[in-house]
Amino acid sequence: MNRPSYIVMFRWVVWREIVLAWRRKSDVLSTLAFFVIVVSLFPLGMDPDSRVLRTIAPGVVWVSALLASMLALGRLFASDYADGTLEQMLIAPQPLGLIVAGKLLAQWLVTGLPLVLISPLLGLQFGLSTEGTRLMAVSLFAGVPALTLIGAIGAALTLGIRGGGVLLALIVLPLCIPVLVFGAGGNMALVGAVLALTVVFAPWAAASALRVAVE
Amino acid sequence: MSKWYKYASPVNLYPLASRMIPWFAIPAAIFFITGLYVGFVVAPTDFQQGDVYRVLFIHVPAAWMGMFLYLLMSIYAAIGWAYNARAASMMASSLSITGAMFTFLSLITGSLWGKPTWGTWWVWDARMTSTLILLFLYAGFISLQSAIDDPRRADRAGAVLAVVGVINLPIIYFSVQWWNTLHQGATIRIVSHTTMAAPMLAALLIMLAACWLYSVAVVLSRLCCIFVEREQVEVIG
Repeated sequence: MNRPSYIVMFRWVVWREIVLAWRRKSDVLSTLAFFVIVVSLFPLGMDPDSRVLRTIAPGVVWVSALLASMLALGRLFASDYADGTLEQMLIAPQPLGLIVAGKLLAQWLVTGLPLVLISPLLGLQFGLSTEGTRLMAVSLFAGVPALTLIGAIGAALTLGIRGGGVLLALIVLPLCIPVLVFGAGGNMALVGAVLALTVVFAPWAAASALRVAVE
Repeated sequence: MSKWYKYASPVNLYPLASRMIPWFAIPAAIFFITGLYVGFVVAPTDFQQGDVYRVLFIHVPAAWMGMFLYLLMSIYAAIGWAYNARAASMMASSLSITGAMFTFLSLITGSLWGKPTWGTWWVWDARMTSTLILLFLYAGFISLQSAIDDPRRADRAGAVLAVVGVINLPIIYFSVQWWNTLHQGATIRIVSHTTMAAPMLAALLIMLAACWLYSVAVVLSRLCCIFVEREQVEVIG
């Protein structure tokens, strides 16, 4: 039997993750709902003066996207770890980094991209100008994948640990601060740079973390 | 040279470490007393800041130790991970707590310095924010290690996190600097001590040496505790 090529494996992993997410749509929708709710909480917690809202909008949306991504990361490896699929992935002939990269692409498509797509509506909520909304959406588009990639390292490290969700956030949030700072600050070039770095290194780092966690 | 490799084993390292502790603890105490004396009594009053600047003799060494110990911790953790050396990983765990303490101390003393000089307890400038993030990185490392029951898995997981953290550290620092210049919030300039009076510089260096000696003594004694806990090392003699 021929060993499937890397591309075939990658496509299979992505497809499997999307099918599984489709069967449990609540995963996707609850992340999205959390994102919208948290963004709406900020004006409720302060004076909703339109000038203030316009100033804080990118920061608020970015922090909420960061928190929503952190919460969504719990599902990345948990169910595969529980039913033994993860062990099979570990002993597969294809590199673990490739499989992790496929999972992360699917994770972004399922939980990250919806956040980006709904962000213009949230920009409207905060009275952002068209240009401001466009900038924010583009920065989210480039930055949320980086958040997912960095978060995957944390998700792999905290696999199977009780109280894992909060611990995951605690260890990953400081590492995501550069993405937050550059994204909310509107510096697309630096967001892109961090994205390029994480795309190259994060799957490998997450794979190492997985090997540490599943011994 | 190869006779040093025997110290990679906790059983051999324990007696060496416990013998080293007093050689660092007593000089540390002497240096602390000397440094505090020179800093608080001998060094002159600053003409700009008055006597409040003396906090710097604790603040600056604490900040430096916080940063150096993080780097050291990551190196030990990486060695422990790469060479599967238990002693190195235990050293990393031991360093993390002292490093976190120094970082916390530098934040507190920084606030104490800031209130009289800038009028506010906290300001979001690049240096304080980076130190705060360093504290978060320490907190993540310590809580990750304490949340994992299996000690070897805890060692390796901590190593992954420490390595990722130390690689990220320049990026984080740069991003905070960039953020700070972008928002131009604080036009605060730390008093430049390029022309420090000799007693001030002497006190600073003595305190720095004191902090290093203290760190070695405390880290080694914590290392011995970790040995006894994990390896059930028999304390002989």
